[in-house]
Amino acid sequence: MVFPTATSATPVVRSRTARRSDEIWSIKRFMTPAVVLLVLVALFVGLSNMTLDSIESRTLNADYIIARVREHLGLTVVASALVAVLAIPTGILLSRTRSRTLKAIVLGIANVGQATPAVGVIILLAILWQTGYFTALVGLVVYSFLPVLRNTMIGLQQVDENVRESAFGMGMTQNQVLFRIELPLAVPVILAGLRTSLVFCVGVATIATFINAGGLGDMIVNGLKLQRYPVLVTGAVLVACIALLIDWVAATAEDVMRPRGT
Amino acid sequence: MPKQLNTALLQIAGKTSGALIELNNVTKQYPNQPVAAVQNFSMTVQPGELIMFVGPSGCGKTTTMKMINRIIEPTSGSISIDGRDVLSLDPSELRRHIGYVIQQIGLFPHMTIAENIGVVPKLLNWSKDKTADRVHELLTTVGLEPGDFAHRYPKQLSGGQQQRVGVARALAADPPVMLMDEPFGATDPITREKLQAEFLRLQASIGKTIIFVTHDFDEAVRLGDRIAVLSNRSQIEQFDTPANILANPANDYVSSFIGLGTAIKRLVLIPVTAARLGPASAASKGGTTVRTTDSLRDALDSLVLTGLPALAVVDELNKAVGSISVDQISAVLGAEVPILTPTAEA
Repeated sequence: MVFPTATSATPVVRSRTARRSDEIWSIKRFMTPAVVLLVLVALFVGLSNMTLDSIESRTLNADYIIARVREHLGLTVVASALVAVLAIPTGILLSRTRSRTLKAIVLGIANVGQATPAVGVIILLAILWQTGYFTALVGLVVYSFLPVLRNTMIGLQQVDENVRESAFGMGMTQNQVLFRIELPLAVPVILAGLRTSLVFCVGVATIATFINAGGLGDMIVNGLKLQRYPVLVTGAVLVACIALLIDWVAATAEDVMRPRGT
Repeated sequence: MPKQLNTALLQIAGKTSGALIELNNVTKQYPNQPVAAVQNFSMTVQPGELIMFVGPSGCGKTTTMKMINRIIEPTSGSISIDGRDVLSLDPSELRRHIGYVIQQIGLFPHMTIAENIGVVPKLLNWSKDKTADRVHELLTTVGLEPGDFAHRYPKQLSGGQQQRVGVARALAADPPVMLMDEPFGATDPITREKLQAEFLRLQASIGKTIIFVTHDFDEAVRLGDRIAVLSNRSQIEQFDTPANILANPANDYVSSFIGLGTAIKRLVLIPVTAARLGPASAASKGGTTVRTTDSLRDALDSLVLTGLPALAVVDELNKAVGSISVDQISAVLGAEVPILTPTAEA
C-alpha cells in the first residue's frame, strides 16, 4: 500500500469488519439450528422408548434413514444448482433484451411451471417420459425456476439508475457495468430467490416417491399406507428439519455475501 | 478500434489542462416527438473555460451536455474536442477521458471511496501504486482526509462529502474536459456555497474545460467564465460573461430569467476596490470592516446589517485604506466597471 495514512485507517476497517461479523453471527442467528437440534433429539428419544414392530424397524434404523435423507438432499441440491445455472443467466439475458414479447413469453412459461401443481408436473413427466431420478429432477427444476428468474430480473432492475448512468459515464462497457456494478448489487435479491427455490425443492422432493425416485417421501407415504405413524412422523419431521436448516444456511449466505456498504 | 482513432483519443487524453470543444449544428430529435429536444446547437468553448448552461427544466441543457460524452447520441451535427471528431471515437474509450459528475452523484455503493475514485484509472489499466497515489492526492484536494475516508463506503458519508468524492472521481484520470450536471443541486445552501467556493479554487489551479449545467442563475453568475442562457430546444438566447449578461440582457427572456435584483447580482462580480473609496476617516466607529478582496455585494451586506452610513475598508494587513458607503456603491453601478473574475475572487 502506498497510502501514507493507511496505518491509521486499518483499525477503523478492522473494527467495522468486526462489527459486521458480530451482526451476522449474533445469538439470534443460532436459534434455528438449536430448535432443529431439540426437535431431532426429542424425536430420537421418543423413538428409542418405543417398541417397534418388524415393519417399523425395517425403516426406522440409521442405514435406511440416512439413505433416504441423502436421496432427498441430493435431489434438492442438484435441482437448485441447475436452477441457479439456468435461471440466473436467463434472467440476465431477459433483462438485457428490449423485447417485451420475449420477456412475457419466458416469464409466462416460468409462471406456468410454478402454478401447475408439482404432483401434476412430475406425474405427467413420468407418463410422457420415464420414472426415476432424472424425471424428478426435471420436475423440480421446472417447479422452482421462477423465483430465481424473477429475482434476477428484479435485482438487476432495482440498481439505481444514477449508479448505472455514472458507470457508463465513466467509460465502462456494457459487460463491465453488468459484472462490476449491476450483478454485485443484485446479489442479495438473487440469493433471496435461490433461497425460496431451495425451500420449495425440499418440500416438493417428497413427491419424488410417486415416480420411484426415493427421498423422504418414501417414509411419509409408507407410513401412511401401512398406518405406521412413527414412520410417517419421522419422515415428516425430517423433511421439516431439512427445510428449516437449508433456509437457515441460505439466509446466512445472503447476509455474508451481501456486498459491503449496502 | 482502428489505429487512427486510437491516436485521436490519445491526443485528447494527453491534454490534462483543458481542451477546445466545438459543437456544430448539433440536433437531438427523439423518435415520436414533434419537436427536437435540441435544435441546431452551435458553440465554441475555449480551453480552460468554465461554461455555464442555464435554463428552465426541460429546455434541453442537460441533453446538450450529455451529447458531448455521448451518453445521448446526437441525431445530427458534429462535436469535436481539440479538433478530434467525438462521434467517430469509441464511446466507452472517449468517456474515460471526460470527467462526469451528476446531481445524484451515483457513487457505487458496494465500493469504498478509494475504489470509487479508482474506477477510471482501473479502466485505463493504471498500476495499483499509481492509482493509490492518485486517490490519496485527490482526496486531499477535495478536502477529505485520505486516512479517514479512503476505506469508508459511500453511505457512511454526508451528502456534501459524497459530492466531493463525485468530483474527485471525475478528476481521477486528469481529463481535459469535465461535464457537470447540477453537481451541487442536491446539497443544502450552506454546503452548496462552500462546495462552490472550493470548486472555484480547484478550477483556478487545474484549468479544465468545464461544461456546467444549472438552473440556478446565481450559481451561474458566481462560477461561470461565460454563461449560455438557454430556452426551449436548447436555443441560445445569450452567450456572454456574467457581467455583460447582467448589464445588458439580450432580450426579455434573458431578463426574466435573471429575475429581480440585477443590480445586487452584479455587485457580486465587482471588487470593493472598483468603487471610489471615501477617506478612511469617514468610516463609522465600530468593529465591522470590509476587506479589499471582498465584493461590493459583501460591502453592501455589511452596511445593511450594521445600519452604519459608512464602513472602513482594510487591506490584507488590516490597514485601513478608505471607507465605503451606499452612495459609492451606487456610483459604481452607473459607471463602466472592471469585472471581478471568479478565479480572482477566490
